[in-house]
Amino acid sequence: MKTAVVVFPGSNCDVDAVRAIEDVMGLQADMVWHSETDVSAYDFIFLPGGFSYGDYLRTGAIAQFSPIMKAIREQAEQGTYILGVCNGFQILLEAGLLPGAMRHNDHLQFRCDIVPLSVEQVDTPFTGNYQKGQIIQIPIAHGEGNYFADEETLNQLEQNNQILFRYHETNPNGSVRNIAGICNAKRNVLGMMPHPERAVHEWLGSADGRAMFQSILTAWREQHA
Amino acid sequence: MILAKVYVTLKESVLDPQGTAVQRALQQHGYDEVQDVRIGKYMEVRLNLADKQAATERITAMCEELLANLVIESYRFELFEVNA
Repeated sequence: MKTAVVVFPGSNCDVDAVRAIEDVMGLQADMVWHSETDVSAYDFIFLPGGFSYGDYLRTGAIAQFSPIMKAIREQAEQGTYILGVCNGFQILLEAGLLPGAMRHNDHLQFRCDIVPLSVEQVDTPFTGNYQKGQIIQIPIAHGEGNYFADEETLNQLEQNNQILFRYHETNPNGSVRNIAGICNAKRNVLGMMPHPERAVHEWLGSADGRAMFQSILTAWREQHA
Repeated sequence: MILAKVYVTLKESVLDPQGTAVQRALQQHGYDEVQDVRIGKYMEVRLNLADKQAATERITAMCEELLANLVIESYRFELFEVNA
């Protein structure tokens, strides 16, 4: 299984993602610069957190036009596993690979914390190793994580079971319906604000993100058995 | 040369937390007449075009593709003829 971590100008969680892939999946991850136009060699592509293009205009707005996004759009259609975390999620929204948009946190503060999430769906390559309804502890660090979509889109996400994670008990940013992470209809593209790659060892405060990376490996192996 | 002044604001239906914070601050300073504050973005785009009709089409496309996120924002613009 070949894995890539995309690096945009301003990415700063890229090394965390590489380490998580190495430590949990036991794989070497390639760091791929955003000007790359072919990512067809990869089975799993991670869009990391950070501040691509300084968050100018809107978070993720300019990154959607990086050359690599056209290649990622093509791979998304091919079924490649694509995970966007934090700024990576914002980029997936701006690129139209996932529905909705991100607003400033409703309290206007940057929030850095470990928050409980409920795992809503387990029939995806990203969540297969969790239990449905399991409460996991995952760090967040964002100022614009207030997910928004219109009622029709939200109802559709719910009907198709595309909401994979919700904030549990406390909502740190004002997201509609407590949404913390959603996938596409095909279930191979996941965007989430919390950082599973920062929760892969107990000494990091939580190891609850490990199951996500293990899920991806399990799903890929089952697909290629 | 045409100068486009582009205004991007959150849609009326979308809560504007920055606007709300500024509204409260104004009211705390005694500006009781303040009913609502909406905060948006103002951009000046200079176009190497002479024709306003063509500029309207180009700026509209730019707004819809990049300058505004139509899920949560609306846009409007004004065009001015300026010296190059």
